[in-house]
Amino acid sequence: MAETLNEVTFSDAAMAEIQRYISHYPEGRQKSALLPILHIAQAEFGGWVSPEVMDKVAQILDIQPIEVYEVATFYTMFNLKPVGKHVLEVCRTGPCCLRGADQLIETLKQKLNIEEGETSADGMFTLKPVECLASCGTGPMLQVREVFYENIDSEQRVDEFLEMMRSKEHETPTWAQ
Amino acid sequence: MGLKILTEHINVPGIETLEVYRKHGGYKSVEKALKTMSPEEVVEEVKTSGLRGRGGAGFPTGMKWSFLAKPEGVPRYLVCNADESEPGTFKDRWFMEKNPHALVEGMITSSYALGANTSYIYIRGELMFVLRILEKAIAEAYAAGLLGKNIFGSGYDLDLHVAPGGGAYICGEETALLESLEGKRGNPRNKPPFPAVKGLFQSPTVVNNVETIASVPWIVNNTGAEYAKIGIGRSTGTKLISASGNINKPGVYEIDLGVPVEEFIYSDEYCGGIWKGKQLKAVVPGGSSVPILPAELILKTAAGEQRLMSYESLSDGGFVSGSMLGSGAFIVFDEDQCIVRNTWNYSRFYHHESCGQCSPCREGTGWMEKVLHRIEYGHGHPQDIDLLVSVAKQIEGNTICPLGDAAAWPVAAAIRHFRDEFEWHIKHPREATAPGAVYRGQLDAVTA
Repeated sequence: MAETLNEVTFSDAAMAEIQRYISHYPEGRQKSALLPILHIAQAEFGGWVSPEVMDKVAQILDIQPIEVYEVATFYTMFNLKPVGKHVLEVCRTGPCCLRGADQLIETLKQKLNIEEGETSADGMFTLKPVECLASCGTGPMLQVREVFYENIDSEQRVDEFLEMMRSKEHETPTWAQ
Repeated sequence: MGLKILTEHINVPGIETLEVYRKHGGYKSVEKALKTMSPEEVVEEVKTSGLRGRGGAGFPTGMKWSFLAKPEGVPRYLVCNADESEPGTFKDRWFMEKNPHALVEGMITSSYALGANTSYIYIRGELMFVLRILEKAIAEAYAAGLLGKNIFGSGYDLDLHVAPGGGAYICGEETALLESLEGKRGNPRNKPPFPAVKGLFQSPTVVNNVETIASVPWIVNNTGAEYAKIGIGRSTGTKLISASGNINKPGVYEIDLGVPVEEFIYSDEYCGGIWKGKQLKAVVPGGSSVPILPAELILKTAAGEQRLMSYESLSDGGFVSGSMLGSGAFIVFDEDQCIVRNTWNYSRFYHHESCGQCSPCREGTGWMEKVLHRIEYGHGHPQDIDLLVSVAKQIEGNTICPLGDAAAWPVAAAIRHFRDEFEWHIKHPREATAPGAVYRGQLDAVTA
């Protein structure tokens, strides 16, 4: 889906949240709100930020588009291409691996028939191994949007998790409720 | 059982609400400081307490505060570093989630001490659900007149905001955090000037860790002298420890600094012993960036003395036979764990998280990951071990920020203490890649 700049329209709730973040910074320092706005944009436009969306963010903040691109490409949380309905961000770092994270990733790959970074054929899941998520005492774990799913340490729990996610809609962000 | 300064009320139902938090003594430090103390007196109490930064570096907090430049007509800022991304560390996330008002109270009291009228909590973007909890607590504090204009009729004004990051470990480094808070890539700044002189928006700024700031209310309420009585030596007060890995009871524990390491690992009050009845092999005591220590050196120093959970005791012996308390992230390895695989895992982390600004870090972390990967997967060369040591040496101390050191130390320490395992992997490529080939260091005897 390639939108033009004029076709990218944030909802009223999202715009209110954007303005709230901008108001947190001194006059002329509105660029400070860039990261929160990219998070809002990602939630608003299907889980990723397209060049057109980034251009719109630049327009809102009155900064150059390159200033948005260089930030969006630096931070790992921003998806720069379309993703599945649920992005499974599985922690692959040391402490989680001591409790079976490697096995969790392998099991997900097998059950979803995808490799790391790919999206399942039904468009439901994207598998995205990530670095430490501050859940080291409850690993292995994964994150879907704002929710942590912890102690997924058996095939049965993986099955239960996937079954639950297949029937689950995204939770509405707090700012949009 | 030691004194619980940070966690006394952590399991009280509803403690995340202002009403319950205040019923348990919440916000008394704000009232005391604003009504009865000058900002300088608050700074003095923190100095007297001996509180050291709980994010990892352990720099004396009161001294850091006293460095803050105070030019007339220029705003000052307090920024809370809640970008908890060091592997093994999850204490701040847990604390903010359970007891958000404790951080808000600490931010108000600390901001008053520093003369800041706008403060920020920079939280890692992955913890958006914690951000929502904090924002709710802040909204409650505003509604109760604890934030905003003329707090407690003192004439002191404070605005407090939470800002999310975007997923970058480097933003835990204070100057990278400030860049990120200004809406830029998280590239660390050259120092000097230090943030105390030119920080956020080029204004004087103090950056403190969550646990550090949350410790300030107790110090103000009970005096710095009382705080200094807890702990041992220059390791005063209590410390949150995130314990993970192969232990029976992973979790966050508040300890008096100075508890013996052996007690921390094996007592039911803390970690409850090694998982599945196995033997202790090694520990990374302060987050993935600090040197790993084999069982014998984590329990006792090289001089045979009992190792304690304190800044001084854990670093006893330097990096030859000691490590660091760091952020208090205690990662335990049982006898089945492969040191080579774990070292490669951490090396991959640091390569992934290097911001790419300095060549030694950008290139060196990639080299180390690549060499460790080939050793782990059975393609190592005999000279690879010395190559790793050489690359680690060339990174250490040669980068703008400490990420280079953080990447180099785990590799150097793993080779220092477990060289036999690296050699075994190189000598036995087929076994090294075989499923279930664990505790490879001791297999030499049977497979040589």
